[in-house]
Amino acid sequence: MHDIFVLAEHRQGELREVTLEMMTLAGQLAEQSGGKVTAVLLGSGVDEFAQKCAQYADRVLYVDDPIFENFNAMAYVPALAQLIEEQKPHLVLIAHTTQGVDVAPALAVELDAPFTTEIIEMSLEGEKPAATRQYYGGKINGRIEFKDSDVYLVTVREAAVPAGEATKSGEVQKVENPLKGEAGGRRFLEYVEAAVGEVDITQSEKLVSVGRGIKEEKNVPLMEELAKVLGADLSGSRAAVDAGWLPTDRQVGISGKTVKPKLYLAVGISGAFQHVTGIKGADVVVAINKDPNAPIFQYADYGIVDDLFKVVPALTEKLKEVK
Amino acid sequence: MNIVVLVKQVPDTSDPETEVIIDSTGRGIDESKLSFVINDADNYAVEEAVRLKEKHGGEITLVCLGRESANQVIRMALAKGADSAIRLDDEKFSYSDPITTAKILKTALDGLDYDLVLTGCMASDDGYTAIGVALAKMLGLPHAAMVKSVEVIGDNKMKIGRELEGGLMEMNEVDMPCLLTIQTGINEPRYASFKGIREASRKEIKVMDLAATGLSEEEVGEAGSKAVMAQYSVPEVGELAEILEGDASETSAKLAEILKEKGLV
Ligand SMILES: Cc1cc2nc3c(=O)[nH]c(=O)nc-3n(C[C@H](O)[C@H](O)[C@H](O)COP(=O)(O)OP(=O)(O)OC[C@H]3O[C@@H](n4cnc5c(N)ncnc54)[C@H](O)[C@@H]3O)c2cc1C
Repeated sequence: MHDIFVLAEHRQGELREVTLEMMTLAGQLAEQSGGKVTAVLLGSGVDEFAQKCAQYADRVLYVDDPIFENFNAMAYVPALAQLIEEQKPHLVLIAHTTQGVDVAPALAVELDAPFTTEIIEMSLEGEKPAATRQYYGGKINGRIEFKDSDVYLVTVREAAVPAGEATKSGEVQKVENPLKGEAGGRRFLEYVEAAVGEVDITQSEKLVSVGRGIKEEKNVPLMEELAKVLGADLSGSRAAVDAGWLPTDRQVGISGKTVKPKLYLAVGISGAFQHVTGIKGADVVVAINKDPNAPIFQYADYGIVDDLFKVVPALTEKLKEVK
Repeated sequence: MNIVVLVKQVPDTSDPETEVIIDSTGRGIDESKLSFVINDADNYAVEEAVRLKEKHGGEITLVCLGRESANQVIRMALAKGADSAIRLDDEKFSYSDPITTAKILKTALDGLDYDLVLTGCMASDDGYTAIGVALAKMLGLPHAAMVKSVEVIGDNKMKIGRELEGGLMEMNEVDMPCLLTIQTGINEPRYASFKGIREASRKEIKVMDLAATGLSEEEVGEAGSKAVMAQYSVPEVGELAEILEGDASETSAKLAEILKEKGLV
């Protein structure tokens, strides 16, 4: 039996979208290998999530225990290891999210299983899985070869496949909590919401977004001037926020905001996956970057390959003229 | 409080002049034109360690898997306040997968006395985001990944914040000793002082080769790895942006026109 396990992910009363994507991918792989899809749900009183998973999986293994009310890697790892050792799936898929990266590497060690992370493509044509992942900020792909094993473990990049239709009606099996005792050495305390600032960039019609390429804080006013003629708000990449050039609430991307402006003008931003995932809802994307191979040009509608310190002042002037 | 920090030297891919070119083996990149820097997240991990040392005392040991050129990164971290370093270096370590890399790194920690291990959450070159959490499991330590706030509370306990999607913080209490993978932006990394740089040149960098790790040839590198990167390729790119040609005044004029046409000005 080529069972494929998918770890369901939930937080603050919501089953996360990435779980549906992963079950969709698992369904595709199961078709290749003739296996079945099993969703593994660790939670507390989340029967509705189990039902939802059942629409995408042949079976749902549901551990309903207060210890799983909030995520805790130190509880997830031993519980999952035990379930996997008992049930012997062929492949385990975990989303490459902040939960997934907290769990999967330790689980791989525990299971002594071939393991790789953030795959963007996978096939199960033969006996062994084959996978592709990215290196150097998306500039290069690499093919991963796995050694023979009974079980393989991978984390999957978010949005590697879009969530498909709910076509299944799997059986929900409640299983006893395999975890005896407490989570070793770590306790969940609380969630703290991100602070809200004066401008809500998720509502902005236009954004001028700056990255590490602007080099120094003293160049921010130059960008503000461009934003001003466009009537845009200023946002930025994580690198720009980490450097302290912009407040945290201006960060676009997976750990920042998801934006949907009519115009997104990316200046000196490379286009890392974690960044561009936040601009999928943008209408027109324009990128200014000196590096013709910057991944951002794959997501942009228009691009200028040049030094931003030449283009931005020129563009600001031209915009004043055409206005 | 004794702290171990893992640091890695990586190519500076934020430099627009850096072109990542696959070498003739298909499994490496042409490094001749690259400049090298400390991995971004590791830089924050070093800073966090130095701040904890300033507050709570103790010593900082750096552990680095890398060639001699990585001494540059190690020296800089020593200059900022780390006390000593171990560099793991052997041809045989090449092509190790992340789990095997963690296994190699572990040998450097085995003889050390520590209360806390810090790593960057991700290396910008390979992006695995796996070494720290794997290492924690091997060391039998509680861990937390993607940590963006750290506070020592009472004896042998920390209150930490993990940064989740959308910037949501998940606060946890973790018993020490523990391992934390540090997310960028947790602090403002300092620059090394001249005095620090002078002192760093006198601090010890111990080198460990395969024999010193006590591991066998079969346990490391490709032989010891279960999920190796076999072949690099240039990604197939989807439809690229329409690139506007010309010098800055031409491209910006073209862009201004396009934006005006679309009613975006
Ligand atoms: C868990 C996790 C979550 C993350 N979340 C986010 C997130 O929410 N948002 C986010 O943005 N990132 C996020 N990141 C970080 C992400 O991986 C990248 O490191 C980051 O997006 C890089 O920012 P950047 O593009 O500004 O910098 P770089 O990647 O360094 O790119 C700088 C660009 O500027 C260009 N440049 C330099 N000089 C010039 C010049 N003179 N003229 C024109 N162009 C120039 C360069 O060619 C380069 O392409 C996250 C990472 C992790 C691990």
